[in-house]
Amino acid sequence: MKRIYFSILFLISSSIIFYSCSKEINGRTDNISALDPANTDSNGGVWKTILLTRPDTFIVAAPGAINTPFYTGELNEIKSLQANITSHQKEIVNYWGAGSVLRWNEIMRELVAKYNLPPYQNADGSYPTPSAANPFAYPLFPFANPPYAARAYAYIAAAQYDALVAAWHYKKLYKRAAPYVNDGSLNSLLPKSSLPSYPSEDAVLAGVTAEMMKLFFPTEIGYIEQKVTEAEYARLLAGTNVRSDIVAGEALGRAVAKVFVARGRTDNAGKAVGTPSDWAKMETDCAARGETPWISQESPKRPPMLCFFGNVKSFILDSTTAFSLHPSAPPSTGSQLFANETNEILNMTKNLTRDQIQLVHYWADGAGTYTPPGHWNAIAADDFIQKKYSELRWARNMALLNISMMDAVIVCWGTKYQYFTPRPSQVNPAIKTVTGLPNFPSYVSGHSTFSGAAAEILGYIIPEKAAAYNSMAADASISRMYGGLHYRSDCEKGIDAGKKIGHYAVLRAKTDGAD
Amino acid sequence: MYFLIIMKKKYSPINKALVLFCICATLIKPVRAQTDLDAIMMDKKNLCSGIVFNYSNWNNYWEGSFKRDNANIGIVSTQSIAVMGNYGVSGKLNLLFSLPYIQTKASAGTLIGMKGLQDLSLFAKYMPLEKNILKGTLSLYAIGGVTLPVSNYVADFLPMAIGLHSQIIIGRIMADYQKGRFFLTASGTYNYRNNINIDRTAYYTTQMHLTNEVEMPDVISYNIRAGYRSTFLIAEAVYNNMITQDGFDIRKNDMPFPSNQMNMSSAGINIKYTLHNLPALSIVGGGSTTLTGRNVGQSTGYYGGIFYILDFSKKSISSSASGKRRTSNK
Repeated sequence: MKRIYFSILFLISSSIIFYSCSKEINGRTDNISALDPANTDSNGGVWKTILLTRPDTFIVAAPGAINTPFYTGELNEIKSLQANITSHQKEIVNYWGAGSVLRWNEIMRELVAKYNLPPYQNADGSYPTPSAANPFAYPLFPFANPPYAARAYAYIAAAQYDALVAAWHYKKLYKRAAPYVNDGSLNSLLPKSSLPSYPSEDAVLAGVTAEMMKLFFPTEIGYIEQKVTEAEYARLLAGTNVRSDIVAGEALGRAVAKVFVARGRTDNAGKAVGTPSDWAKMETDCAARGETPWISQESPKRPPMLCFFGNVKSFILDSTTAFSLHPSAPPSTGSQLFANETNEILNMTKNLTRDQIQLVHYWADGAGTYTPPGHWNAIAADDFIQKKYSELRWARNMALLNISMMDAVIVCWGTKYQYFTPRPSQVNPAIKTVTGLPNFPSYVSGHSTFSGAAAEILGYIIPEKAAAYNSMAADASISRMYGGLHYRSDCEKGIDAGKKIGHYAVLRAKTDGAD
Repeated sequence: MYFLIIMKKKYSPINKALVLFCICATLIKPVRAQTDLDAIMMDKKNLCSGIVFNYSNWNNYWEGSFKRDNANIGIVSTQSIAVMGNYGVSGKLNLLFSLPYIQTKASAGTLIGMKGLQDLSLFAKYMPLEKNILKGTLSLYAIGGVTLPVSNYVADFLPMAIGLHSQIIIGRIMADYQKGRFFLTASGTYNYRNNINIDRTAYYTTQMHLTNEVEMPDVISYNIRAGYRSTFLIAEAVYNNMITQDGFDIRKNDMPFPSNQMNMSSAGINIKYTLHNLPALSIVGGGSTTLTGRNVGQSTGYYGGIFYILDFSKKSISSSASGKRRTSNK
């Protein structure tokens, strides 16, 4: 009898083990099919650029003729690569074949998550500040917090877009067809396109992104350059570009990046940290207005995050407009309304359902993650994959999304430090948070502002999903109340401001020549 | 079969409670109310069940190998109450279960405590061999079990989460040698841990993962215990070591994550006292502390519990509970 019991148990256990033995996990975009654009946007060379004054600001020399021994040699290079292709090389082709804007966006999100860690305190209770001048010393540069990340996503997306507009200009100008068009015996391992191949859009993206990364993630230059080589090699292996397509593309990308890097060095972001006297002044100014000032709830007390980020130069809004979009004053900390809003959060956090906690964690995007702007990039990317956009349209849409969110951060951060409002858990310590408490003033909610902006512009780009995006933004916003991090005013005013900012992006999108 | 078994060495009341102490040392609180780690079998058709209270806390923890405290959480404490049972299908085959309700709290900072029913553990403990050697008794055990989360609790909120929400399949080999009233027990355990799903759709370990599924590394642990074991008193010292077979370190100033490489060793004592005038009733208690760790809290914990034996064999329940079995034991 006992033997039977034991045998049954053994059989059950071993069958469960067998059933569930494979733990390997695939990411959502690991095995997606190659990008095969529904429309090549062949006239995209005239689309409105963001910083470049003209698409041909940077000269791309005419390619050599295809009836030359030089070009034949380039075709032979591809053929010899393809003749000896390994399975690992095929994986590289397939990975990048899904789209370079997508893959660089994913790499960006990965780096943001890697660098989104608040510095550990010094022995004396002060905090070290990451230094762009000495990026390899702890704390590693950068601390890719939400404002930093939003700005990095925006600059890189905008630079990619301008670089691709320039590339499309030269593609149309020179009309050099892809290698598989010029030589019918040459295989393409990726979908064929009628788009001219010179200069290579993938190399443009590799070059422009690599140069931008030097500004934003200086300790990762080695890793990024490796990715550049891989991305370009993938196009040679695939037979979609000859080497001269790639060389010209990478050079163009790197040249365009310099314009954005120069702007990035002078956009006031470098002054956003502030000094101890700045932080103290914000606190005393707030108290002088008769309001309870925000105080860091971290221990030891951490300086408020990037208190002058509101002064960073915006992309869509001019500085006057940005300031005019600051939401009006929040309820006074002494008012009954403020007390009511604080109690609302106390009650919410004391009676959370599992679904509400799930919403908090789904949208938390706190330390060690790609931040809320990164989350909206992920949402957008999943939908853009379905749309089969050309690389140019991918870049344009990503640029619109990300410059919207960067401008949203600028408005939001300006508002936060204008009012210096305490967090609910500062006002009432009985309020506990369901995720990490951000170390900056409460009003208005960053998540709400970014999400309002993102939903507005994405709803324009993909109208059939506008309601879904608005619903996501509402979820992201209210999740901050469930989380015990924000008052209702923070969230409602934040999402309103975000939508207004997003609307400016929509106005731009309507006139940039793409729609 | 097993013709060599002549003597019965069975101390029916269980002390599964003992295992709770070692699990509470992880950053993640009780990983599981795990199986019996002792060499004590219930008699046929006897059910020993009880309740165990556990309290543990930690102030320091390890980020990888870097030991630190964190004033933003202060002291993280875990309280649990578990129901447990051990049923003797036969003297050689026992079935066990346990189910804890757990509550966590941080003494500082703003993070909210979590609470809920955690994981149901089900085990079968089989003793294929019991043999007299060198005037002592050697017994061998094969133990298999599963741990199943019974509520939709949050795993991805360490260190406040009440568990990791992984389904675990456990295989253990154990040997016990008793001479007179002194014993030594050693066991090795393999924990196969199923992947878990978390509330977010992307996470970073040492790279980005665009999925809500988390690959859970398996765990190997071993356990050595030695001490005094008589009819009415068991007192033992325990050493436990747990090594996660893969996983990654918590980065500096990052939050912990369910698939971290959580390693630890701990030492503790356990005592079980059976009442002379009511031998069906026993009281357990003990404590343990963490010696070394990686990506876990340096926890110290205490527990206490009470167990009662019901005898469903042909003899009347009362006669069994009155401790007949005990006197038949060595």
